[in-house]
This record gives sequence, structure tokens and C-alpha cells, in this order.
Amino acid sequence: MNRIHELFKRKNKNILSVFFTAGFPKLDDTKTIAIALEKAGADIIEIGIPFSDPVADGPVIQQSNKTALDNGMNVKLLLKQVTEIRKTVKLPIILMGYLNPVMQYGVEKFCAEAKQAGVDGLILPDLPIREYETECKSFFHINDLLNIFLISPTTSAQRIIEIDKASSGFIYAVSASSTTGSKTDLSGEQENYLQKLKGMKLKNPFLVGFGISNCAAFSKVCRYGAGAIVGSAFINLLKNTSSMEEDINRFVKEMMEG
Amino acid sequence: MKYTIDKNGYYGKFGGSFIPEMLYPNVEELRLNYQAIMQSPEFKNEFQYLLRHYVGRPTPLFFAARLSEKYRAKIFLKREDLCHTGAHKINNTIGQILLARRLGKGKIIAETGAGQHGVATATVCALMGMDCIVYMGKLDMERQRPNVERMRILGARVIAATSGNMTLKDATNEAMRHWINHPTDTHYIIGSVVGPHPYPDMVAQFQSVISEEIKNQLQNDIGNPYPDYVVACVGGGSNAAGAYYHFLNDEHVQLIGVEAAGKGVNTNESAATTALGKVGILHGSKSLLMQTEDGQVIEPYSISAGLDYPGIGPLHAHLFDVGRVQFINATDDEAMNAGIELSRLEGIIPAIESAHAVAALSQLTLSEEDVVVLNLSGRGDKDLETYIKWGRY
Ligand SMILES: Cc1ncc(COP(=O)(O)O)c(C=O)c1O
Repeated sequence: MNRIHELFKRKNKNILSVFFTAGFPKLDDTKTIAIALEKAGADIIEIGIPFSDPVADGPVIQQSNKTALDNGMNVKLLLKQVTEIRKTVKLPIILMGYLNPVMQYGVEKFCAEAKQAGVDGLILPDLPIREYETECKSFFHINDLLNIFLISPTTSAQRIIEIDKASSGFIYAVSASSTTGSKTDLSGEQENYLQKLKGMKLKNPFLVGFGISNCAAFSKVCRYGAGAIVGSAFINLLKNTSSMEEDINRFVKEMMEG
Repeated sequence: MKYTIDKNGYYGKFGGSFIPEMLYPNVEELRLNYQAIMQSPEFKNEFQYLLRHYVGRPTPLFFAARLSEKYRAKIFLKREDLCHTGAHKINNTIGQILLARRLGKGKIIAETGAGQHGVATATVCALMGMDCIVYMGKLDMERQRPNVERMRILGARVIAATSGNMTLKDATNEAMRHWINHPTDTHYIIGSVVGPHPYPDMVAQFQSVISEEIKNQLQNDIGNPYPDYVVACVGGGSNAAGAYYHFLNDEHVQLIGVEAAGKGVNTNESAATTALGKVGILHGSKSLLMQTEDGQVIEPYSISAGLDYPGIGPLHAHLFDVGRVQFINATDDEAMNAGIELSRLEGIIPAIESAHAVAALSQLTLSEEDVVVLNLSGRGDKDLETYIKWGRY
């Protein structure tokens, strides 16, 4: 059974998914970070495939992408690192990135090797539903990879239902109309959106991401969704840490327990 | 109809709408409405009125006698350089701002390379009393300084894009990010036939007035609406799309696209996408793209800020793919020399982008009877500093 499905069977609230960019801050940190996240009690590991032009990302993740590329990160190396990580790590692993690097690697080859390496799901925000279904879905299916779609506060109810149908595992609910890392105050408007989403009783659970930077925000969104995704705040931590494992441990504990 | 967009927003295998969900409602709103708005008589009237009385259309089709003598062909210049603000870009910004108003948007954003699209956007925003923000690469702000000040005089805010090479691609990234962050009250006026569907089709339609006029003017001037060649420079490809549009199905009209070779296609300092690119996805569409083996976008280079882009619009990728357009390229030096040549032979200082099209004349095998229409997309005022720095005149 896919590890993402397994996780949601076991646990349906307060799920913490942590995003970081592969090859950042140092090329070989990917593995250290993944292992530390599991030890600290995170539920899902989301590894970003760096891209030269990350249009949906704010300055923090833009910078981590650039550093990772300067360090020499690429898809092939990342898959190798995931294979290494899988020797010990049991958590679901999701790869997230823009479509072009995956397309150049070859979607079919990428899916097969991702499965081999131990990947459970993919988030490709610029892959449209139609192109996913006509050109990619079969490769996802034979390799038991879940495709995670995004929805945002401006996504219509009708489209949310369409996305729910096309999704498996969970839905990535973007907290605000923004790029990653923007400060969210979780205003009434955002809470209304999350409340509405909760009320739709979708077939897939949803995790809330973008701008979730502390325990208060985490517990707030966990009232609506199955959990949250933390990215920029974690990358800021990695940028400034001198003792990575300790800091990761503290970050995860603080996020989940306050 | 072979070269029009299909129902999924593709030209052949190029195009589509590869955007994150945060942009989807904006782009979808545009997709659902653009055709109906553009077809409405009331929109058409307003668009045509402004093109005529504000932009100064139709622009002349000028028989360039001395240039013709030199290249031994009948060369006509389509004078887009005489448009208000100095380039073809305003045909599109007039169209898009009228559309934005009908969609109820109060704020406008744009990206710009040479600054021509930024100026054209700032201009129509002033005309319509709308808020305007233009993203421009920091390097481009330096090399096109007069245009930065023009935008500011017109009341626009110019924001420097400081990522990447700090040129057009990076300005486009920043504009898209801005749009993600302001999804309801803002319209993004893209400056070329790039971006997610429906932009390439919409911008091509707004620019198609160029070839519509060429056809009429040739009919009047020489009694035949069809030239043998249409030559245009290609950055993203909007002036070329406009100049080709009504000739696309007339296969006997040879269409020539001129890309910027920079220091040469084999130097790693080039922007010749069809020579150097592979199929890829950037800024919302599948097209040809200059990229590494790993799918990272390569920073292009050209002396001309308006051609300094690592991709081309999906229509052009398709026209290249099926062989309908022949793509050639010109280096910095070839373009600069051609710019000086046009200045001396015809008294017209072209934009450096357009000078690339002039440079193509020496690469074509022409005969005396050949009728060549060269789309002179813009004037050289904005490029004086570059001409001066280059210095060989
Ligand atoms: C005068 C002129 N010509 C051509 C271009 C290139 O754009 P496109 O290929 O979309 O016509 C520009 C862009 O800034 C320009 O200013």
C-alpha cells in the first residue's frame, strides 16, 4: 500500500508535512534533513526539485532553488539521494517541482525511477489536469505514485470537485492567494475558505500550505484540514542553522506541540 | 485554418496552459471571455478608433528605394516604428486594456524587456486612468534608461527584477508572481505572443492589424496583396505574428523570422531559440526553449533587450516545426551594422530589435522582381545609448 494512504488511514489530523529543497543548503544535506525530520516526528517529507524559474515561489524558496542548482543538484542525483534516504526512512516521500525538469528527464522514466527510489507521490503545480490525464496518469498509476493537485482560495467549487475527482492521497490547499512564504495572518476570509472546504466533504483529505510558519498557524489550520505543509519557514531555519539535526528536532516539536 | 489555435489552446503540439492553480481563475476568466469581447461590435469600434486616432494607424508601407537598390529587390518597410510610443507593442496594449476594463479590472501589471512594451502599457494606463506597475530586469533598466523614465513620467511604477540575469525572463517571473498575489483586481498585459492560452492567440489577433494593412497597402501600391517575403524579428514573436497573420494560409508567401544570435549561436551568448532550443515549458506554455540537459532555463544574451528571451511563442514553435516559417538569425554586430545602414540609406534609425530583421536581407537570395515586406517593428530612439556605446558609425 502506498505510504501516503497508509498514513492517512492511521492519522487524520495534525499531520505535519515539511518541504525543503533538494541539495540545499549543501548538496548532500538532503539525506541528513530527511532523516532528522523522521526522527523529530514529522509525518510527510516533501522534497523540492530545484528549477531555474520557480514562478509560484517567494524569495526564500527562489533562493534555495538557486543555491541548490549552483550546488549541482539535478533530477538524477535527487533520485539517487532518495534511494539512499529510503534505506532508513519510512515516512511518505513526495517530490515537488515544476514540470520542465521532469519533462526533460522523461515522464515515463521519471515515474519508474521515482517508484524504484521509494517515492510515494508527486506535486507538479504547473501540470494541468487535462495533460495529467492524457499524458501522465498511466505512468503514475503503474508506479503507484499519487498525484497531488493544488487548490487556492479563488478555485471555484465546481473545479474543487473536479480536482477532488482527479486526486488521490490528499489535496494541497493553498492558504491564500499568494506565492510561497508570504506572511499569512489567517484572516476571517481565509478561515471562511477553509471552513467551506471542510464543509464540502471531499473524498480526499486536504493539507493546508503556504505561509504556515509557526505553531499557532499550524494548529489553526488543523481545525479545518487534516494538517499542514511547512516550507519557507523551515528553509529559513536550514539557512541559518549551525547544528542542523538539533534545530530540525526543535522546529518540528515546536510546530506540533507549541 | 491550419495555423489557428485548437480548442485546448494548442498550435500543433505547442501551447497549452501550464500554470499553477493560483493563476487558473484569472487565466480561465480571460479564456472564457476574450473571444466574445473581441468580437463584439462595440469593442471593435473602440479598438479601431484608438488605433486610428491615438496610435496613428494605418502605419505607412514605405517603398525603400535605396535599400531596394542595394539588395536588388523591391523592399517595402512596414512602419510600425511610427506608431505612437515608437513600436508595434501598443497595438496589443490598447486591445488588452480595453479587454481588462470589460473584465472589471482596475489595475494593470506588465513585464518589459526593451521597455517598449512597458511604455506602451504605461501609456494606455494613463489614457484610461488605470494603475500601472511594470516589472523590468535590473540590467534592462540600465540599458534602456530613457524608457524607464518615460514610464515614470507616464505615472507607472517600475519595479526592478533582480533574479537571474535580470532581463526579460526574470521580469516575466516577477509579473507572474505579482499576479498570483493579486488575483482579482489585476490584469496582466503580457507583451508578446507568449504565456498560457489564451495569451498567444489574443496577442496575435491584436497584432494582426499589421498584416491586414500590409495586404491592403500592397494591393493599392502594386496591384497584388501578396508579397514574396515577409521578414520580421522574433523575440517572443508578437510583431512577427502580426506581420504573418493574414499570410499564414497563403503558402506562396515566404515568411522569415529573424532571431538574435547575440555573439554567435555557438558562443553560449545567444538568444536564437529555434537554433538552440528544445521543447520545454516556461511561463505557462509548451514551446521551444533554451535549456540545459536537466531542463533548467538558459539565460539568453542579445545586445537587444527586446530579443533577449530564452523562448518563442508557441505559434512560432509550430510554424518552425512544420516549416511554414524559415528562421534565421543575426549577430549583435550584423544587427548594429544593419541599423546604421538603414539610417544612412533611408534616414530611419531602427530599434535594434528591428535592425535584426534588416540584417536578414543580406542572407536572403533575392531576385529583382521579389517583393519583400520588412516589418520595422520599432524606432531607435530608446537605443541611442547602445548605438553610441557600439560607436562604429
Ligand atoms: C521594437 C521591438 N521589436 C521587437 C521586439 C520583440 O518582441 P516581439 O518578438 O514580441 O515582437 C521588441 C520587444 O521589446 C521591440 O521593442
